[in-house]
Amino acid sequence: MNISNEEYGELAKKRSHGSKLYKTVPMAFLVGGLICTLGEVLLNVYGMIGLNKDDAGALASMTLVFLSILFTGLEWYDRIAQHAGAGTLVPITGFANAVASPALDFKSEGYVLGLGAKMFVIAGPVIVYGISASVVYGIIYYIVGLFMK
Amino acid sequence: MDMFLEYLWAFLIGGAFCAVGQLLIDLTKLTPARILVSYVVAGVILGAVGVYEPLIEFAGGGATVPLTGFGSLLAKGVREAVDEHGLIGAFMGGFTSSAAGISAAIFFGLLAALCFKSGSKINET
Repeated sequence: MNISNEEYGELAKKRSHGSKLYKTVPMAFLVGGLICTLGEVLLNVYGMIGLNKDDAGALASMTLVFLSILFTGLEWYDRIAQHAGAGTLVPITGFANAVASPALDFKSEGYVLGLGAKMFVIAGPVIVYGISASVVYGIIYYIVGLFMK
Repeated sequence: MDMFLEYLWAFLIGGAFCAVGQLLIDLTKLTPARILVSYVVAGVILGAVGVYEPLIEFAGGGATVPLTGFGSLLAKGVREAVDEHGLIGAFMGGFTSSAAGISAAIFFGLLAALCFKSGSKINET
C-alpha cells in the first residue's frame, strides 16, 4: 500500500482507540456484561437439568470457552474485540481467545513449537501467576489452620 | 421478577469488572496480558480473604465469568484440598478446580487451530 505520511497519520489516528473513554468504557461494560449474563443463563440451564453447582459452573465455563474459540476461528471474536476492548478480554472468553488466537496464527511455524508453544504466550503467564498465588495461599491457609486448632 | 433481577445483577457486576479493565487499559500502560494476570491474582486474593464468594452468591455469572472468578476458583480449590490433604493440598487444589476451564481452552484451542486457517489480519490493515 502506497500512502503518504499525512495519510498514514490520519489512518493511525482513526485506528487508535486512544483515550476516548466515553466510548470505550461503556462498550466494555455492555459487551462484558452481556457475556456474564450469558454465563448466568448457562448456569441456570445446567442447574435446571440437574447438575450440582460446581458441575454447572464448570460446564458453563467450558461452554463459554468453546463459543469463544469457535468465534475466534471464524474471525468474529477479534472483530467484536476491536469495539469491546476489555469487555471481551476480562471474561473467561478472553482467556480462551488468548489461547486459540496465537495457536491459529503460529500454526505455520509448526505443530509443536508453533501451535503448541505459542498457545501459551498469554495463557502461560496467567497460569504461572494464578497457580503460584494459589499455592502461596494454600501454604498460608495451612499454617493458619495449625494455630487455629 | 427475581429471575430478571438475577440477570440484571450479573450484567451490572460483570460489566463493572470489564469497565474497570477498560479504564486500566486506557489510563495506564497495562497490556492486555498484564490485565489478565492481574485479574486472576486479584481473584485469588479476594477469594482468599473471603469477599469473592459472597459476591458470587449475589451476582452469579457476573462474578464467575470475569477472570477474577477464575482466580477465586483457584483459591477455593486450594482451600478444599488443604482441608482434605493437608500441606500437599496447596499444590493440588489450584489445578483441580480450574481443570475444566483450562483443559477446555487447550483442547478446543488445538481443534480450532487444526480446523481453521489463520486469519487475514495482515491484509486487512
